[in-house]
Amino acid sequence: MNLRRWFLLPARVWMALSFAAPLAFVCGYAFLTRGDFGGVDRPWTLESFARLADPIYLGILWRSVWIAAAATASCVLLGFPLALFIARAGKRRNLYLQLVLLPFWTSFLVRTYAWLFILRETGLVNTILMGLHVIHSPIQLLYNDGAVLLGLVYNFLPFFVLPLYATLEKMDPLLLEAAADLGAKPRRVLWRVIVPLSAPGIAAGSVLVFIPCLGAYLTPDLLGGGKSIMLGNLIQNQFTTSRDWPFGSAASIVLMLTGALLLSALLRSRAARELL
Amino acid sequence: MSRPSRRSSESVHSVRDCTPTLELCHVVRDFPGHRAVDRISLQLEPGGFYSLLGPSGCGKTTTLRLIGGFETPDAGEILLNGIGVGSLKPWQRNVSTVFQNYALFPHLTALGNIEFGLRERGAANFRQAAKDALALVQLSDKASRYPAQLSGGEKQRVALARSIVLQPQLLLLDEPLAALDPKLRAQMRGELKAMQRQTGITFLLVTHDQEEALSLSDKLAVMNRGRIEQFGTPEDVYLRPATPFVAGFIGDVNWFGSAGVRPESIRVTTAAVAGPRSCPASVESTLFLGNCTQVHAKFASGVQVVSRLTPASAARFAPGENVFIQWDEADELHFE
Amino acid sequence: MRSRWLAVYSGALLAFLHAPLLVLIVFSFNASRFTVWEGFSLRWYGAAVNDPQLSESLVNSLIIAGVSSVLATLIGTLAAYAIWRRAAPVFSGSLYLSLITPEIVSGVSLLALFQWFFRFAHLKLGMYTVVIAHVAFSLAYVAIVISARLKSYDRSLEEAALDLGATEWRAFRKVTLPFLAPAVAAAFLLALVVSFDDYVITSLVAGVDSETLPMVIYAMARRGVSPVVNAVSSLILIAFGGIILISQRLQRQ
Repeated sequence: MNLRRWFLLPARVWMALSFAAPLAFVCGYAFLTRGDFGGVDRPWTLESFARLADPIYLGILWRSVWIAAAATASCVLLGFPLALFIARAGKRRNLYLQLVLLPFWTSFLVRTYAWLFILRETGLVNTILMGLHVIHSPIQLLYNDGAVLLGLVYNFLPFFVLPLYATLEKMDPLLLEAAADLGAKPRRVLWRVIVPLSAPGIAAGSVLVFIPCLGAYLTPDLLGGGKSIMLGNLIQNQFTTSRDWPFGSAASIVLMLTGALLLSALLRSRAARELL
Repeated sequence: MSRPSRRSSESVHSVRDCTPTLELCHVVRDFPGHRAVDRISLQLEPGGFYSLLGPSGCGKTTTLRLIGGFETPDAGEILLNGIGVGSLKPWQRNVSTVFQNYALFPHLTALGNIEFGLRERGAANFRQAAKDALALVQLSDKASRYPAQLSGGEKQRVALARSIVLQPQLLLLDEPLAALDPKLRAQMRGELKAMQRQTGITFLLVTHDQEEALSLSDKLAVMNRGRIEQFGTPEDVYLRPATPFVAGFIGDVNWFGSAGVRPESIRVTTAAVAGPRSCPASVESTLFLGNCTQVHAKFASGVQVVSRLTPASAARFAPGENVFIQWDEADELHFE
Repeated sequence: MRSRWLAVYSGALLAFLHAPLLVLIVFSFNASRFTVWEGFSLRWYGAAVNDPQLSESLVNSLIIAGVSSVLATLIGTLAAYAIWRRAAPVFSGSLYLSLITPEIVSGVSLLALFQWFFRFAHLKLGMYTVVIAHVAFSLAYVAIVISARLKSYDRSLEEAALDLGATEWRAFRKVTLPFLAPAVAAAFLLALVVSFDDYVITSLVAGVDSETLPMVIYAMARRGVSPVVNAVSSLILIAFGGIILISQRLQRQ
């Protein structure tokens, strides 16, 4: 009798039944027809995928990609200096890492709600601006792409900072001295040595931010209202109010495949070899 | 001791009318808890090969980093060609460093590494200059290799070419041979010396290996506890050490009171010779070292003495034998 | 100069990460219903404690989080140990895949499976469906924490125990498990937080009788202004922050 096999068995069964099997169901549903009272029915068809090409849904797809890309780019620009700072912080590194991670581990829902509280019409920003007489009536800060973007960047910034920090921390400081010695000013050292050498960390961090942003549901739901609908909201909608499971399944597959492709590209790249 | 032909010490001094390439005046560098560099003064003439020699922790690497611009002196002046550079950043100084572990950029090829500095200086035909430098170190066929694909000796040469191609006034080398295996080290030593003569660039080598410093340098500075104990030609430093530390660090010394005698100046005989520099002793052991044999003997007082003889002349001594230890007054090293 | 700017910038960004949460906590003590400071008050905390819907959902959340994190820790620890003994690439791959699968996809796919199953069994969504879902996504977190600890575990310790005549099971119990204990505790706390916090998957697979605290908070937040949400949120933040700090300390032991 093999102890190891027994130890792995419960986890294998659980993952098979509550992760793999459900995904298999969704894959199957995507090729079925919508049932009369919700659910699914025959015949098998590709119609759900064809409907994704409908301009309305292409628009949602495009918007999701665009917002996720913008959030990723923002995380790169905002997070790079922070990761660099932490990597150079010496003994205080762990403290700063904790400061990055702590809000990340606290409730996702509460973090998103906090922005609702700050940005809504009677929220903190409007109250302050009105108190300072900058504006006379509340301005609409919520329920637009910008608010969704802000929420996504706020929620997923640590996903970018951590892998980048890991590569920056491993970088030999002598290389930076060598660059300076060869005549490179600090800004040139940044572009010609630090950025190229941290490329694996930047790539890993970007993928780790882009994937969850693309499939984001809660942030666009709370901060985007009905106006800034993304792929995640579309899927949720198809499985609840619209009751079009095949179509929701097709959208889920597209979302999953995009993420899986990006991830496998990352795992095959230099980034994986250096980080894992 | 045979040594490759070298410029005589006179020729180094004969260029004294020129401005020194490097001048350190009472340079001090303090670290928390200790003074790494303690009022160092040094002058390097153009075109010479110099070494900073000392045990680890003596401040030689810090001195090199001060010259390279990676540290700022707390006091004193650093002059390059007569111009104070103490407050200039590394990229503003026309000196270049070959780092101990080479610090080659892993994301650039051998050629890319050599081009790096040229491009920073906006050199027009950097590609050709880099190729020439690569040819100089005989690595033309490895131009597109990345550092990870190069051997230790090849990395060393790329690092050297990367610095030399910039034609610095002064080339700093931080233990450049320490990471190589012994055989390669001997070969690279010769190449380093040839490179220096070929380019005419002033070299300043930091090392803890006395043989390396003696064989390569026109003049060397022996450092101890942040200070320069002696600055002179290899002959000066070996034959006329200024302090007991220098005498002990470069070669071995037998101490007889305040006088020191090198093992190779000690004779061992079976018959007594009249005079104050002849004492009875008994042989403890003999150690065959290939080119010489080391005879360890002990005086009646218990003091140990080491003599270095040719293997042939040492063959007749066996442990326990009673002998006489002799030396000449001229071979005694005396210190203030 | 340059490094000072970097420090100022980084300080500002770290402040940005914490400020919204601090603002929320500060205003949870505001006497006013509006975002204007009118003095310190605990009235919203009082209101939160006396709200039957909140306390009911809190009990649900605690039961679900408690049961699912115990299960996930147990199953996940055994699995991590098994993987450490010998790699199981397909299984490990599915764990990582579960980490990067968008929650909404996990949620709807579980919902689809449950609904299909209910056509044969006369059951409906309830607390147990939520527990099944929570264990599924907590497993990866547990396995990662335990695997990190096992990386510093000397194989020869267990081999020595086997050599001294212990059975495989006794070697695991008496040698490996004590070594893993802090990581197991850390993984449990992490699973607790991850499960307690989940909204997206839970909202899809919860039954009418199993509304959790995040679901109530979400509904209140959608409905509009209620400082009670601030009070509840602040309590969650402080509780989570404490649990996570303990968990991280345990992981570093």
